Amino acid sequence: MHDGGKILTGLAVFLVLALLPFWHNAVGGTAAAPQPKIVTQEKECVAPRETIRSTHMELLNTWRDTVVREGTRTYMDARGKTVNMSLTNTCLSCHPNKKEFCDACHNYLAVSPYCWQCHVEKKESA
Amino acid sequence: MERERRALLKLAGLTVVGLAGGALARTVEASSKHAAKPGTKRLAMVIDPRKCLEKDGCTDCIGACHAAHNVPAIDDPRREVKWIWKEKFSGAFPDQEAEYVDEALTSKPVLVFCNHCDNPPCVRVCPTQATWRRDDGIVMMDWHRCIGCRYCVAGCPYGSRSFNWVDPRPFLKSPTPDFPTRTKGVVEKCTFCDERIGKGQQPACVEACKEKALVFGDLNDPDSAVRQTLRARFALRRKAGLGTRPAIHYLV
Ligand code: HEC
Ligand code: HEC
Ligand code: HEC
Repeated sequence: MHDGGKILTGLAVFLVLALLPFWHNAVGGTAAAPQPKIVTQEKECVAPRETIRSTHMELLNTWRDTVVREGTRTYMDARGKTVNMSLTNTCLSCHPNKKEFCDACHNYLAVSPYCWQCHVEKKESA
Repeated sequence: MERERRALLKLAGLTVVGLAGGALARTVEASSKHAAKPGTKRLAMVIDPRKCLEKDGCTDCIGACHAAHNVPAIDDPRREVKWIWKEKFSGAFPDQEAEYVDEALTSKPVLVFCNHCDNPPCVRVCPTQATWRRDDGIVMMDWHRCIGCRYCVAGCPYGSRSFNWVDPRPFLKSPTPDFPTRTKGVVEKCTFCDERIGKGQQPACVEACKEKALVFGDLNDPDSAVRQTLRARFALRRKAGLGTRPAIHYLV
């Protein structure tokens, strides 16, 4: 019955340590969700917004296989326009601000597509 | 007892005949594979070495190809990457006895690149199908699938494949955005400019050659420029004895 003080101190220390991540966020705030910046004058992407957002990696894989393995290079997009299936020349023509756009999301998510080891990033003007 | 033995022998005999028949059918099928499928193309190139040598030291085709495909200029011969280059005559045609052939030809380098074989050894050895033969005859490369095992480099009897021992980017002064570079650890080679052919253009080397030493076209079309050239003049293929059936023909 004489160790009440020690136990309470121990509990207090434990609580502080266990809740540290929450304190950290409460004081420093969470990392802000990325705001990928659209710079193009175009109104729509090659697929509806929700679709491109969640499945652009799959679309790119399809493009890659269609171009390289089947030798077909044009794609009828959601707007009914025919585009060239090219990562650098199509995606980056409307999204030339790769750092503020693609990378903004990917850095937040800690994904780093290795595509750019080969696919050329155009010099960013924006 | 006697009957059972006879039945067993019959069965064994039939099995042998069946197996042999199967093997025979496969052989026949394999040898007829090269026959042209109706409606398909067989893309090929004819090179006229005399025209090629007209301008001494000309590298127009090499420059055009390497610029269009971001091929790095690495000086070290152990690490160099090349899609199209010049080879000594004796290296390009080691099986040709050329003792008395015109020295103007045999003393000069020969333009060489991927032969886009009918029967490509590189395709047979590739474990990931990163390289394969298209219906139009192009031996294509999928860089996304290449794991850098280099079996194809060893398998190609023409040295047409280069391995990226180092990162090629520092060796490219101004890479074109129209074609991806490669990375350290993948193999690359000429693709007959599949990206240009798809748009109805000629390969970059053919277009760049002012002497018109390179003729490109479809062997399955009897009226094509390649067929007309091959009808008019005798032509060699590199290491024909290997049975790879190259699509690059050299006029003599
Ligand atoms: C080892 C180098 C390399 C890497 C890494 C690479 N690519 Fe490629 N990619 C190429 C080459 C070479 C081509 C062929 C270009 C051609 O034929 O026009 C190509 C073609 C493509 C194409 C069609 C044409 C074009 O120019 O865009 C798409 C789409 C593509 N790749 C997507 C991707 C994606 C997505 C990634 C990353 C997940 C990726 N690639 C990674 C080398 C690479
Ligand atoms: C014609 C121009 C154009 C092309 C080409 C284009 N995009 Fe878009 N993209 C847009 C526009 C405009 C938006 C915004 C759409 C909206 O707000 O409804 C967008 C939105 C997106 C989004 C969603 C961003 C967000 O904040 O939700 C992603 C991801 C994306 N694009 C990726 C790509 C990829 C990958 C490619 C190549 C396959 C590509 N885009 C090609 C114009 C384009
Ligand atoms: C709205 C946010 C957002 C934007 C903008 C965005 N991406 Fe993504 N990207 C993602 C998400 C989420 C993933 C999936 C990560 C995962 O599944 O682990 C992803 C994955 C990818 C992958 C597959 C990576 C891998 O390693 O498998 C590629 C390739 C890719 N994105 C290309 C692009 C390109 C090119 C652009 C710019 C034109 C772009 N993305 C813009 C959110 C985005």
